[in-house]
Amino acid sequence: MTAFTINGKAVTVSAGADTPLLWVIREHLKLTGTKFGCGAAQCGACTVHIDGEPQRSCAVPVAAAAGKQVTTIEGLSPNADHPLQKAWIAEQVPQCGYCQSGQIMQAAALLKKTAKPSREQIVQHMDGNICRCGTYPRIVRAIERAAREG
Amino acid sequence: MNAIDISRRGFIQGAAGLTFAIAIDGGTSGAFAQGAAGKLNAYVTIAPSGAVTIMMPAPEMGQGVNTTLPLIVAEELDADWSKVTVQQAPVDAAYNHPVFRAQYQVASLTTRGYWMPLRTAGAQARRVLIDAAAQRWNVPASELTTEPSMVVHASSGRRMSYGEIAGFAQMPEKLPEIKPEDLKPVDKFRLLGKNVPRIDIADKSSGKQIYAIDVQVPDMLYGTVAWAPVRDSKPTSFNRDEIKAQRGIVEVVALDEGIGIVGRTVEDVFAARRKLKAQWSDAPGSKVDSAKESQAYLAHLRDPNHKGVVVREAGDANAAIAGAAKVVTGEYTSDYVYHAQLEPMCCTASVTPAGVEVWAGTQWPTKSVEEAAKAAGVTPDKVKFHTLQMGGGYGRRAFVEYVADAVHLSKAVGKPVKMIESREDDIQNARMRPLTAQKIDVGLDASGKIVGWRHRLAAEPVTDYVYDKARLEAQKGNDIIVVAGADVPFYDVPAFVTDHVYEARGVRVAAWRGIGAGYTNFAVEGMIDELAQQAGKDPLEYRMALLKDARAKKVIERVAQLSDWGRKREGRALGIAFNKLGLPPVGFSMTGTVAEISLDRASGEIRVHNLWCVADVGLPLQPDNTAAQIEGSLVFSVSAAIKEQITLKAGQVEQTNYHDYPVLRMSEAPDIKVEIIGSGPVPLPVGELSIGGTAPAIAGAFFALTGKRLRDLPMSPERVKKAIA
Repeated sequence: MTAFTINGKAVTVSAGADTPLLWVIREHLKLTGTKFGCGAAQCGACTVHIDGEPQRSCAVPVAAAAGKQVTTIEGLSPNADHPLQKAWIAEQVPQCGYCQSGQIMQAAALLKKTAKPSREQIVQHMDGNICRCGTYPRIVRAIERAAREG
Repeated sequence: MNAIDISRRGFIQGAAGLTFAIAIDGGTSGAFAQGAAGKLNAYVTIAPSGAVTIMMPAPEMGQGVNTTLPLIVAEELDADWSKVTVQQAPVDAAYNHPVFRAQYQVASLTTRGYWMPLRTAGAQARRVLIDAAAQRWNVPASELTTEPSMVVHASSGRRMSYGEIAGFAQMPEKLPEIKPEDLKPVDKFRLLGKNVPRIDIADKSSGKQIYAIDVQVPDMLYGTVAWAPVRDSKPTSFNRDEIKAQRGIVEVVALDEGIGIVGRTVEDVFAARRKLKAQWSDAPGSKVDSAKESQAYLAHLRDPNHKGVVVREAGDANAAIAGAAKVVTGEYTSDYVYHAQLEPMCCTASVTPAGVEVWAGTQWPTKSVEEAAKAAGVTPDKVKFHTLQMGGGYGRRAFVEYVADAVHLSKAVGKPVKMIESREDDIQNARMRPLTAQKIDVGLDASGKIVGWRHRLAAEPVTDYVYDKARLEAQKGNDIIVVAGADVPFYDVPAFVTDHVYEARGVRVAAWRGIGAGYTNFAVEGMIDELAQQAGKDPLEYRMALLKDARAKKVIERVAQLSDWGRKREGRALGIAFNKLGLPPVGFSMTGTVAEISLDRASGEIRVHNLWCVADVGLPLQPDNTAAQIEGSLVFSVSAAIKEQITLKAGQVEQTNYHDYPVLRMSEAPDIKVEIIGSGPVPLPVGELSIGGTAPAIAGAFFALTGKRLRDLPMSPERVKKAIA
């Protein structure tokens, strides 16, 4: 049994200690906004925050989340109105959309630490997140917009 | 336009308001009038509350058609878009694409295909509302106009909302006929051409969008499938008992071309999968070693007696080349590439005494239902199918083998099963853009004018694998997926011939975003660059002189302006390419692309700094979304041009995940400037349009920078280093 907090709610799960946190989030807790892409921390689709840090949940065993605060896309903002989410809509970023939860969670961690990131900081911070549809130009614009408009 | 008939389902009138079930003879609509007799129905439902529900007949894979298609209906209906709800249509022949005669999404033809049928459906629904209001007010229908969701009688100042009309209207026995001239003139559009926000963006920014992988069904088990490493290979033996004894494993199933594992949790299933040890039967593809293929293909192309299927011909190119003063020859190759869509193949199926139900993201819902039915042993009408959004398609989900897999697994255990392939299995089971070789011979007369163009292409056929042999035969061997783009209709070339030499190796091949143009246009535009060099002309100047089509000239001229073509860049250089997408009956969209690159000579890495792309897409229905599709395709095609490569050893894919099949990341993405040009009254193909221009523009820039030609895709560091050594 592993106990942790997810999106502000205390949970205890019975999944094996080595179960990737991703599957606990998606299939045990049914929070499916966090996506499975590679299972090897290569694509970033499964990015969540663990104690505020962006982590690839496919590569984190659930035991490592014990006692920690996990935040998923569903818990990023009360009404999907985080400045990044508003900017994502304003810039019409997603195409297929599958990577975008991970992109937004990765970007949110950047803005928490660096309110006004430079373009270079954005690119460096976001480089682990693949978007196969090729929305990178709009992701950059949306992060810049969110930083500007708050 | 021929008769418009009421579909067999008729229309439903009741407390819920009006539902227009309109069947239109797809063969009569506009440019598709040449015998494509596909049927298409568009549903418009209007509730007394004024709520308008529009059915979306196609699947959505990221290109935004679930906004664009309903917008077309709403435009002609003159609906208030804020009152419109879009509903995914069921799998039903009533929603068939008029060209493909199925619910099927390929070739960037979704919007182009549904364009006239959906306009007609919207216009017809509007006419019914007007006629009902005319009757109520006892005025001639000709005196009535509409404003968004409102019928207006201007001379008396009376107005009635669509909702009010839906509350009382009697449906006519025969639906009114809509002629093309009854449709709204393009310059009166309120919604199309204006950038209406996509309906799916909010859910895709909040994690709420549901994909097939997200489906949750009560009592569901999990499954995965290890596909045979080689096409048509079968499992001969495997450690079934050991796998079945693993934690949480419920069943292990031998499939025709794979092995399925079902268990209580996805983590248990994936853990067991990693322990699977299997032997597979030999198959034709088991012999393929991709490193040797391109030279073998080229040898065939160099042999004039090794004939292919002639797929394009105008004039007598062979005679013209034989009599030419000079012949310029270029040879090009491209390696296998993989779709690498981010959502791995997955599907949830429930085969229980309660019935057969399937949830899948697919480019081919109609085929998915047929395959699910076959696997379940029922007729297609017994399959309840849910068409979900795709986490990337790019051609991969035109195959639906994963649907049958999920059904087989569910049937084996009698419970719902969510089948998910691991990334490693997804790539092992890749359906790839085929490896190709091309040889182009261009005959010039004494003055340097082109007299004949011969394009030879060697590749595994794709059509017989995506569809079947009968389909390829029906097309007289013309494998459109493979040969797309292997022609020069917009250049002043008096005679050309293209033949396709089949290299049937038994590899899993597929349509891949942009289909043939991803490599054919690399060869065609590469040759244009070589011809420019021979003529001592600048690549831009040579193209402008050789292009004979006004739209084609315009995209090239404009992209040259945008990129400031004449300006020299320190340590960087530009390349330019023309590209087109379409078919004669559909019309062609076209692009001019300029790439600005630099080169790290030590590592051999090409850096693409800027891409400019001017796209003539006919009528742009959603200009910003059109630009987004062009941008995305440019990123996608840079990735393929300089990075992506699948290698086969003994027929087996050697790559395993994104670390050894790297796709373009943000730090490698160029700055992109897209300009959309509108032309004509018809929306032309967009989704794959800008794929074909990128690689040749990069190669042209590389030549400008180094004086060396790159003729093999991808233009990997290894190849670059060899070229400049």
